[in-house]
Amino acid sequence: MLELALKGSPRYWGWLFFLAILIGAGVITYLYQFQIGLGITGMSRDVSWGLYIGQFTFLVGVAASAVTIVLPYYLHNYKKYGRIAIIGEFLAIPAILMCMLFIFVDLGQPMRVLNVLLHPTPNSVMFYDMIVLSGYLILNILCGWVILMSEKKGAPPPRWIKPFLYIAICWAPSIHIVTAFLYQGLPGRDYWMTAIMAAKFLSSAFASGPSLLVILCMLIRKFTNFDPGKEAIQTLAKTAAYFLLVTIAFYLFEVFTAFYSGITSHQYSIIYLFKGLEGYSKLVPVMSICVLLAAIGVLILVTPPLRKWEVTLAIGAASTFLCMWLEKGITLVVGGFIPNAFDRVFEYWPTLPETIITIGVWSFGFFVLTILYKIASSVKEKAIFDKYGEKQIKA
Amino acid sequence: MSNINRREFLKILGIGTFMGLGGWSMFEVVGKGEIEAFAEKYKKVPEALQAKRWAMVIDLKKLDQKIIHDCTEVCHRIHNVPKILNPKEEIKWIWEEKFKNAFPEMKDDYMSPEIKNMPVLVLCNHCENPPCVRVCPTKATFKRKDGIVMMDMHRCIGCRFCMAGCPYGARSFNWKDPRQYIKNENPEFPFRMRGVVEKCTFCYERIDRGLPPACVEASNGAIMYGDITDPNSEIRKILSSNFAIRRKAKLGTKPSVYYLL
Repeated sequence: MLELALKGSPRYWGWLFFLAILIGAGVITYLYQFQIGLGITGMSRDVSWGLYIGQFTFLVGVAASAVTIVLPYYLHNYKKYGRIAIIGEFLAIPAILMCMLFIFVDLGQPMRVLNVLLHPTPNSVMFYDMIVLSGYLILNILCGWVILMSEKKGAPPPRWIKPFLYIAICWAPSIHIVTAFLYQGLPGRDYWMTAIMAAKFLSSAFASGPSLLVILCMLIRKFTNFDPGKEAIQTLAKTAAYFLLVTIAFYLFEVFTAFYSGITSHQYSIIYLFKGLEGYSKLVPVMSICVLLAAIGVLILVTPPLRKWEVTLAIGAASTFLCMWLEKGITLVVGGFIPNAFDRVFEYWPTLPETIITIGVWSFGFFVLTILYKIASSVKEKAIFDKYGEKQIKA
Repeated sequence: MSNINRREFLKILGIGTFMGLGGWSMFEVVGKGEIEAFAEKYKKVPEALQAKRWAMVIDLKKLDQKIIHDCTEVCHRIHNVPKILNPKEEIKWIWEEKFKNAFPEMKDDYMSPEIKNMPVLVLCNHCENPPCVRVCPTKATFKRKDGIVMMDMHRCIGCRFCMAGCPYGARSFNWKDPRQYIKNENPEFPFRMRGVVEKCTFCYERIDRGLPPACVEASNGAIMYGDITDPNSEIRKILSSNFAIRRKAKLGTKPSVYYLL
């Protein structure tokens, strides 16, 4: 099936070439970081995690969100998702690869990364994160590939794949819950140490993932002959709408708890992010944009005519995705470190090399995603669907 | 140290290497039992100080600028701690903070400026229930039987999970190669390279040779240490007759560093 990725239009090759250049820039900059150390980033003694770990956290959510397609299709037989189940599964694969790369580029001693396997430490949440992420990667490669392969052959998927599909569905939330546990189990980081963290992680994942899938489905329809289906896109948009509302609610619960209780240490990070603390306010513009994007997202995704018109839908989905990215990919991680253990504010802003490496990893993700979607759409383009346009009957 | 001297050690190492080239493993030459015997000898240096749980008491009334300077200087010198001026990349094992920063939860509008700005020496608290040890994915940071929270800078992968986990800001990361910032090297203490976390290790290398922690020695009586599980130890006597506080005790980490006001 891989051979399908080798036959493409000049536009396809041009896009891959463009991504390859960005990947190359990332690799070269990473070599520089490898030589000098993580001092080339904006991170510090006080804000010791930054953009890299933020991207990791966000992308675990994107990977987990495949379940928003797979679950309705395989558990509830929601036929409209029959065409795009593979789109969800194939999004999870590059998302997890990016997660792993972001962890790797964040390590101070990357050559020692195998120490995690050499000295397995079950009391560390990182240990479980490693297990669930690798497991989820394998499950998605297996399920996606086997089902697409049988679709190519025009045969129904083999029966032995079913248990794996169900395992993958249960597995998806686990990757994001474990990732939330990385944060919410730390004493002394009041912004993170809240039981709602895992729930908020899942809800924001199920808002950002489907939003991205809406956009990806529109792009697939535009650039290939495979149509994911209007209905499927609309359902994805509804999923994103509900979970966006839930995420905003969860955030407000957090604000209520911090301010009604009056416990100042729980308020500092929130004040820092929205208003600035002791005159430091680098992330206030980021948070303001985040709020604005959330408002746009809610307005469009919740209002039926705006959601149904695909021009506004695209804007709404993009706003939701970017909003969640700013919240989880930057402010969540940095905000948790401010103020530091000594009640002082040290701010963080990513440096240029750090940004180039980050873009490089994202480009790698999109490179893999493009190839996987190319394969999937090539198979799907040849498929003949039944009269409802849902289930494939012949290749 | 142990009863094996440098010459003997090199001899064994040389034979081992030679045999290794011929396909023999070190174990076949030396034998596992012998290696364990060496290790056992190293462990039981007769003069090594023993305790069930080491703890420290810092008397803030006795601290002055000279003592603070001496303590930090000697610690950082003997442990090859680089002197980096940029506060974002600083590496510190023991250092001075103001009272209001070391104990932020005690902040009070009506606290006298003297107390607010009173100098406090802070360092790793060698918690009985250390979050850093709990989160470390490689056991690079671990707790010894005598309560010292250790840091293996040669196993650390530099994920900095421990820095996020430590509520005391006691851990520093080598953002760049530390060597360029070290003026007088102490060849007896291991060097580290960029990309690893480090912190105070309660002078385990001195404790194991029967010496008190360097800061205790340099503090002119302002810092005391001992076995907190031993009711007859010096620090237990101090704690039973004085009011002592610990940093962020409500977090349940059970710090082993006490402060007398």
